[in-house]
This record gives sequence, C-alpha cells and structure tokens, in this order.
Amino acid sequence: MTTGPAALPGLTARLLELLGPGGVITDPVRLRTYECDGLTYHRATPGVVVLPETAAQVAAVVRACHETGTPFVARGSGTGLSGGALPRTDGVLIVTSRMRRILELDIPNRRAVVEPGVTNLAISEAARPYGYYYAPDPSSQQICTIGGNVAENSGGAHCLKHGFTVNHVLAIELVTPEGDIVTLDAMDPGYDLLGAFIGSEGTLGIATKVTVRLSREPETVTTLLAAFPDVESGGVAVSAVIGAGVLPAAIEMMDALAIEAAEAAVRCDYPPGAGAVLIVELDGPAAEVAHEFAQVERLCRESGAFEMRVADDPARRAAIWKGRKSAFAAVGRISPAYLVQDGVVPRTALPAVLAGIEELSARYGIRVANVFHAGDGNLHPLVLFDDAEEGAAERAEIVSGEILDLCLRYGGSITGEHGVGVDKSRYMPKMFTAEELDTMQLVRCAFDPAGLSNPGKIFPTPRLCGEAPGVRKGVHPLVASGEADLF
Amino acid sequence: MTPGESLVTTGVAVRPAEPGDEVAGVAPRWVATPETTGEAALVMRAAADHGLAVTPVGGGTKLSWGHPPARCDLVLDTRRLARVLEHEAGDLVARVQAGITADALAAALGAAGQRLALDFTTGGSTVGGALATAAAGPGRLRHGTARDLLIGVTVVLADGTVARAGGKVVKNVAGYDLGKLFTGSLGTLGLITEATFRLHPLPTARAWITATSPGPGVVAAVARLATSPLEPSAIELDSPGVRAPVTVAALVEGVAAGERAEDAARLLGDTARISADPPAWWGRLPGQAAPGAGPAGYLLELRVPPAAAVTAPAAAGRAAGAAGLDAHIRGSAATCVLYAALPPDTPPGAAEIFVTSLRTELSAAGGRLVVWTAPPEAARIDRFGPVGSAALMRRVKERFDPEGRMSPGRLTGGAARAGA
Repeated sequence: MTTGPAALPGLTARLLELLGPGGVITDPVRLRTYECDGLTYHRATPGVVVLPETAAQVAAVVRACHETGTPFVARGSGTGLSGGALPRTDGVLIVTSRMRRILELDIPNRRAVVEPGVTNLAISEAARPYGYYYAPDPSSQQICTIGGNVAENSGGAHCLKHGFTVNHVLAIELVTPEGDIVTLDAMDPGYDLLGAFIGSEGTLGIATKVTVRLSREPETVTTLLAAFPDVESGGVAVSAVIGAGVLPAAIEMMDALAIEAAEAAVRCDYPPGAGAVLIVELDGPAAEVAHEFAQVERLCRESGAFEMRVADDPARRAAIWKGRKSAFAAVGRISPAYLVQDGVVPRTALPAVLAGIEELSARYGIRVANVFHAGDGNLHPLVLFDDAEEGAAERAEIVSGEILDLCLRYGGSITGEHGVGVDKSRYMPKMFTAEELDTMQLVRCAFDPAGLSNPGKIFPTPRLCGEAPGVRKGVHPLVASGEADLF
Repeated sequence: MTPGESLVTTGVAVRPAEPGDEVAGVAPRWVATPETTGEAALVMRAAADHGLAVTPVGGGTKLSWGHPPARCDLVLDTRRLARVLEHEAGDLVARVQAGITADALAAALGAAGQRLALDFTTGGSTVGGALATAAAGPGRLRHGTARDLLIGVTVVLADGTVARAGGKVVKNVAGYDLGKLFTGSLGTLGLITEATFRLHPLPTARAWITATSPGPGVVAAVARLATSPLEPSAIELDSPGVRAPVTVAALVEGVAAGERAEDAARLLGDTARISADPPAWWGRLPGQAAPGAGPAGYLLELRVPPAAAVTAPAAAGRAAGAAGLDAHIRGSAATCVLYAALPPDTPPGAAEIFVTSLRTELSAAGGRLVVWTAPPEAARIDRFGPVGSAALMRRVKERFDPEGRMSPGRLTGGAARAGA
C-alpha cells in the first residue's frame, strides 16, 4: 500500500468508490473554492475535497486516510478566522455541507440532535416555535455550522451570561482519526473527553452528530444603548455594572473609529458625538430584569453617558445591534485593508490595555478600531492599513502581534473565540511553557497517534507521538498481560 | 537511596503512614503534605524515581468513591495547599490552591460579596476533590457543574511535570482544555494543585419553595417549573423511601426572589410552602450519617435525560422493590442527576440485582447508572456500566500515566478484573 503524499492519486480513486463522482472534487478550479477559510491570507489548494453525507462515509474516508498516512482537514462553512480549516495540498478536505439535517428536535428533553453542517441559527429557528433556542450565538451564526462551533468552542456576544458551545453540548458522535465512530456523552463517568474535544480545532477527530441543549426563551429581553464621550467613561460604566452584581446577557463596546465605520456602512444612527457606545442587554424573569435595568441605567448615567436608548421589542433591539454586528465588515468602508485581532484580558485590565493599544497605534502610525465584548474582556481590535502603502501591512502585523503581547502581559489569552488555527500557533509558546505544550500533546497522541487530523494547527512544533516527553518505562506488566485495565 | 529516603530529601513534609491514612481500605506507606505546586512536583518526581503508586487526597470526604486503588504507596495530602492565590473581585475570578475547603473558600469570597457557584455535597470537601470527582449539587441547574466554572488548572503529572492550561480569563480558547480532562478523573491522570474559577455575585435574596406529595404529582410539576420563564436556580427532589412521600424543593435567587417564589409555588401545587431557608436535606447526598461523613453503604448516581426525570424515581422504586430493598433517592430533579442510597447491610446480591435492572431501564431512556460507593463485599458490582468512550479514556490514561501509578484502577477496571 502506498502511504504519504504519493498516496493521494490512489486514495482519490478509493474515495470515488466510496462516495461516487458527485461526492469527490478533483477539478483544480473547483478545488480552489476551498483554498482558505475566513482568514484569507493563508491559502492552500486542497489535494482532494470530499462531500460526505453520512457519518459512515466520513468514517470510511478517514479510515482510508489513516491507512495511507494522508492528512485530512474538516470544514464547515469556512467562516473560521484563524485558518483552522486551512486545507493541506497533500491531503483530503472533508466538507460537511451535505450533512445538514436536524435529526431530532426533542422538546421534552430540551435538546436537538443535528448533523455537523447545520448552521447555528437554524437550530434556534427550529426550536423557536416551541419557546426554545440554542444559546451560543457567534456573530456569523447565520452561516457558520455547529461542527465548526464545536471545533472552535464558539461563543458570541451573549456568552458572558449564557456560556460557550462547551456549556451547551450534551453529546457528540465523532469519527476518530483512526476512522472509528465513538460517542462522547456528558453523562459518561470518567474523563470529560467531551469537554476536551470541544475547542480542539479539529485535531482530535471530526464531529458527525451533535446533541445540543435547548434553552428556554427568556421572559424578557431589554437592550440599552448608551453613548459616552470616550472609551474610558464607558469602561467605568462596565466596571460599575459588574461591580453591582448584575450579570448582563451581553455588554459590548465600540470606540469612535468603529462607530464611524459602522455609520459609513449601515447608517446605524448611533448618537452623534459619541466617543464610545455601550450596548448592554439584560434577559431573564421580568421582575429581575426591570430592577437590574434601572440599576444599569443609573450606573451608566453616573459614569458619564450622555444619551441612552432602550429597546424591548425585536425591531428596536435589532436597530441597536445593527451597528455592532456590522462592525467588522464595516471597517472596509474606512480602510482599504485590515486585520482582525482576537485577544482577551481580565476585565479590570481593559483600561490599561486600551491605553496600550492607543500607544502602539501612535507609535507605528496605524489606526486601530476597537470593538469588544467588554463584559468578558474579549477584545477585537481592527488594525487598519493601506495595502498600497509600502511597509504598512508589515507594520499592521507588528501592531497586531504586539496587542497579543499586551494581552499576555496583563494575564490574558491570545484568543477568546477565533481559535489558534495556523494563524496563532507561533504565539502558543508565549502563553504556555514547553512542558505545557508537551502535556497537551499527550491528549493529541491519545486520540491521533499518527498526527493526521488537521495537522499543523494549534501547536507550533508537533512532536511525534512516539517521542512524547517525560519518564517512560514502558507499559505496566499487568496491563501488557491483559490481567488489568488500569486507569 | 530507599524510596523513603528519596522522599525525605525532597525537603517536603513527608511522614510514615499511620492508621487512618487508608484510602478505601488500602494502606499507604507514606503521606506527603506539600504546600506549593513546586513541592508537589518534587514529591511526584521522587515517587516516579521509585515507581511508587500515588493517590491524591483532599478532605477525604469522597475517598470511598470509585474502586479502591489497586496500589497505593504514597498519599499526596493536599490539605496544606489551602490558599487563595488571587482574587480580583472586579474580574469575578479567583485562583486557589486545590486543597482549600469549600467553607474556607466561601468565607474568603463572601467577604467581597461573591461566591463559587458550586455546591459541595459533603462538608469539608476541597476544591481539588470536587474537581476530581466532578461532584456538584443543586446549583448545577443554573450555573452548571465544576467543569463549567473552571477556567484554568495547574496539574502535576505522574512524572513530576507541571502543566497549566486555560488561564484567568473567562473567555479563552487557546490550546486543549486540560481542566475538563482532569474533571472527573478521580486522581488517575495526575494531581490537581491549583484551579481558577469564574465567580458569581452573591444573590441579593433567596427563597425556597417546598412541596410534598404522596404520589408522582409533585414530580410531574418539576418539568413545568424547569421550563417556566422563572429561571429557578435549583430544583431538588427527596424521596426517603420507596413508599415515602416525595418532596420537591426549588430555589429562586435575585432581587425579586419573593415575587418569583409565589409564581413558582403556584406551579408546584397546593402543598407548596415558601421559606427563607432550605430544607435540612438540601445539597446533601442521601445516606450520609452526618455532614462530612462519607456514605457508609451504597451510593448510586442516576443520570437521565429530562423527560425521564419524572419517571426515574419511580423506576428506582420499582427496581428496589423487585430486589426486596428500600432506596433513599435525592438529587437534582430538573438536571436529572439523582443519587440513590442503599443501607450498608444491603445484601450484595440484592444490590447487584437492583443495579443491573435499574441500569438496564435507565439505559433504555438514554441514561446512566454509576455506583460511586459500595462496601468491600460488593466488589463484583459493575460500578460504571458500559461507557462508549472507554477505549479513548484508556488511551488518555496510558499517555498521561504510562506506568499506571496514579490512583490505579479507581476509575474502572474492577469489573474487567472480576470478569476475568
């Protein structure tokens, strides 16, 4: 049997047998459709693309990859922003777009069983007639898939109160990197493999069926838009709200440059003259929300808000969110090119880190627009530059990288929701020691000893599993003899 | 150098084991009490040099959980790892050493008007023990379990490697979440020395709504309450015996707790009463002689999907009746994690019949049954039942602890051995 890169032609023939011509893409032009995900400056044309329709087909494809030593990468809608679904030219790209059935909407058990290619929003839409929804709501929820959400442990604006994908997934059927179909269930005693799998960016296998928890629609949702003269006073308001013991569903902030971009793009009609706007959304029992809302309004006013708007119906709420939700795309209106950064800092460090970003911006002559999840310290600085200007792209890269250094210096993280992917693997050694990265490799090696599942992502220098570090004296004799099964 | 000499030369407090240091009946040779992660790593390295089997021990309240260790040379007692390392109230985050007890942590955080929204089901429990056993109480409905509140962890592996994962920010997706992996690991992957949690503000007001009924009526009301927009923080159930009345108690928290409690009371029916304090049994495992004492008999955990929660207590009652037993059932009715206690003098054969038949019935509804504790004479009982991902778990264990020295055999394996 041929293995390694030379195996691809033979493997493709086998894939055609498994999936038929309609399920395999080999045409070079069509392959290029899949050469990148949402992070477009990393590109690679996949060796071959497959479009399986069932878990059994995914397992057959993965088994064929395993037998031939061929790397494989899973991809949903390709909305990822860290190059997590970047294909391999010497490998197979497994696209889940044909696996998009909602298999079961189980209201009495408050859960839905879906295939990985189902979009995030489709689950909530299916559940809404019954008064339920699926809580994690990444900004790309109209198009991103649940399989991708699982890979990235996606959050969204409302994860401050409601949590991330990992808090709402009850079970996952996955195809292991060796081609076995295994179910990880939150009810299983023992290691929380479900929790470890979610957010592993496709390096531990491919989810083929996801059981998610459905949440009851809250009795009341109230949204406040508050305009502040500057980011500092908005930050004071955020601290005051959290300090008062209020846990909003979301607290989002945009600075002047981000507001300018949003206005240019979608005319969101935010209060003129605002140096920062804060969106605070509260949800829950009406009696609680009414009380907390009065508190939030008072605290915003005391912190310097000069205009406030309130929405408690869907249309007016959408109007408030319009500017925030369009912010990323909108900066295209005020800058020829930009980088989206994704760093996290402890909430109390926000003022210092924002000042640090301003300083970086001034030092390198690069504008930075700030849009962020203020409640949980997740920053999304948009680093703007003119790609026609010589050296500007490089300076923007430097600023973007130094923002992450700043986050780490204040005890934060290099990614809050976009993932490490290929884009940030080089920053992992800044956040973790070699021993810590080696320890994470132990997990990888347990699931994927051959290192074929989305290789090159997350870890800068993956080790061979046979070379795992530490004291090793071989298998325990009792285990080797089959007398004991110790763990 | 002998193993004992090696342990002493680490400079960490190590003493010979005494009566009372047994782990589920297995006597160790030494007990080490490190005060820092670094000290723990020194001890673990010395243990690795001599192939010693190590069992981490916290407050000791759940030492009887899981199988007795197959080997135990060294107990790693975490109770001197008891400090709050960082608590930034504005960030609602605290980093603590694993040996801190629930009470000490609550006192430290309470001073700032905050709490770790995790119920410790036995008094004297430590944070590390709560993580290792994945135990949780009533608050799991609103705030999830330990895995949902843990945002960072520091562990020492069998070979002395110190590894940290996660961090001290709530939103973080950098690298694998080792904290989740270690949650529920019963000390078989390594030693947890530090944990970072997201915190919650202490609620302004609380109210409990309690209703008791002889039949399943009040249990049926659980679903109405759980799916109401009242957002209760907990819904618990207590059924002291197969033929005893069932009590359901719910907790609402927040400024408007009083008002919401009245709405909740209407949903729970005519017998509902509102009080400012929880029922005496709230947040405690059934079958405990006293708070802090481990269960003396059999403690079973029943996990079922919500729709089966209404029928699970009755199913347990039927299975107990068929085996000629009585069972005390208590637990989280809405999140569908219930505990069943059988008295210590239950004949092992009858217990096995009960476990097997109830497990079969719960499995058909997509549920699980785990036997956390059982007397030594019940060693034949399959404690964990079938687990779909057991093979993957075994591979994880082999990578983290290839020599099989960390609490060997606690998590599973007894059934395999007994069947061989």
